[in-house]
Amino acid sequence: MSQASTEIIRISGHAGTVPGAGLNREYQVCKLVDTTTCIGCKACEVACLEWNGYTFSQTTFDNSYQTMPETAWNYWNLIKFNEHERDDGSMMLLMRKDQCMHCEDPGCLEACPADAAIVQYANGIVDFQEAHCIGCGYCVTGCPFNIPKFSPEAHKVFKCTLCNDRVSVGLEPACIKACPTGCLHFGTKSEMKDLAEARAEQLRNISGFADAGVYDPAGVGGTHVIYVLHDAKNPELYSGLPKDPHIPYSVWLWKKPLKWLGNLAMIGGIVGLAWHYMRYGPKKEEPIPSDDDERRV
Amino acid sequence: MSTNAVARHSSTSSYGEELIPRYSLAERANHWFGALTYIYLLITGLAFWSPYLFWMVAVVGGGPTARFMHPWFGLFFTASLFWMFKGWRRDMQIDDDDRQWSRDIHSYITNEDEKLPPVGRFNWGQKLFFWGMLYSIILLLLSGIGLWYTEALPWSLRFLRYAAVLVHASVALITIGLFLIHVYMSTVLEEGSFGSMVHGNVTRAWAWTFHRKWYYEGNGTFRPKQ
Repeated sequence: MSQASTEIIRISGHAGTVPGAGLNREYQVCKLVDTTTCIGCKACEVACLEWNGYTFSQTTFDNSYQTMPETAWNYWNLIKFNEHERDDGSMMLLMRKDQCMHCEDPGCLEACPADAAIVQYANGIVDFQEAHCIGCGYCVTGCPFNIPKFSPEAHKVFKCTLCNDRVSVGLEPACIKACPTGCLHFGTKSEMKDLAEARAEQLRNISGFADAGVYDPAGVGGTHVIYVLHDAKNPELYSGLPKDPHIPYSVWLWKKPLKWLGNLAMIGGIVGLAWHYMRYGPKKEEPIPSDDDERRV
Repeated sequence: MSTNAVARHSSTSSYGEELIPRYSLAERANHWFGALTYIYLLITGLAFWSPYLFWMVAVVGGGPTARFMHPWFGLFFTASLFWMFKGWRRDMQIDDDDRQWSRDIHSYITNEDEKLPPVGRFNWGQKLFFWGMLYSIILLLLSGIGLWYTEALPWSLRFLRYAAVLVHASVALITIGLFLIHVYMSTVLEEGSFGSMVHGNVTRAWAWTFHRKWYYEGNGTFRPKQ
């Protein structure tokens, strides 16, 4: 799975062509998170910090096993814990590894105004290029998963890279490498989908989770991180995993119809004013008539 | 057309070219402070608006600098407009003559100004520009604060982020329309306007032609010579 830089298929805030345009990789990468076999050990959190060179910093106690309330600019991988009471009164501790979902239609990239601050590779990885980031925070608004986080020190935004640096040399992401239960898998999208569907079927038929299923939301064109859930009909139970994530409507309105209406209006306005000048010409002052004094109020 | 006025009157006064004050030094200084800050906001805002215009950040120090400074210039522009409001709000009240003027605006567009009701210190279009900019800057300021500190808005209040991007862009477009018309009219269309905002004076003939009610009723600071 080598990853040449020419295989960029989408670039944020970009006016020209895209080097990887027209490329259609046979293999798209995917991370599979099986929430049903996660034990909440947080080895993936530590591996993520270590590989990406961040040190562990003071966190906020949230009255749960969770390390902190949400991911941070220097903490890209967080196990979210939710104590869920089922209809029969029994408890479930739902644990979900939260990180960038690497959407096929990324809202962050759609919202970003800075040329090449966000790129999407042909293998599906959506990566921030901090050198080009201007720190506007539009990606924060565009993301339906609350993932990009602003660093007050750097004035730039950071998130999970899906270990693009490891994947590009044929290694699996650090979190996958660290997982002791095998609840994390990494491979091609089709392999991971097959594996996830097989596991969901097992959960439905053998383990008694009638609503078990795979989370690969169509609203963002599918994602390159997919979940197996005990209850795929209620993804919100997993600490707010959105049921139907999509690029926010206001971001779509702003970046599509409003942009073209606005551009047309601005160009039309300039043309209209030029036309007015050529048609009607300047307004000139007129001489004051000599009966002016009598007309004074 | 403008030649009609000459034809209507058999003779003309001798003092038409005399200068009378229109804008004080403070009004002019504030106007140009507001103009420069708006142009900065326009350049950086258009760069953030479209990838085809992103190159414009190069002339104001690059993307991160533009992102850092844009909100501050927004505050400067707001201050300029609020100061204008303080000084001009009485002159900017819309009266019955203005309402008639707005109904007859076609005569203004076709340069048949003599068909219009007499105009005070500012005409209906200028008043519309003033109030349009003032209300716009309030909306831009509110939405702009949301964009300035996007990360400070919690996930549960994300609808404020969604509203902010849409309101900020939409209202900015309205101000661009107002700005284009303002610049066109005051630089090339109405001769003498631009100079009045530079050196502060207009000729009596200019005032008589374009702001007759102001010329006659004035504010006591000038009168035609006897």
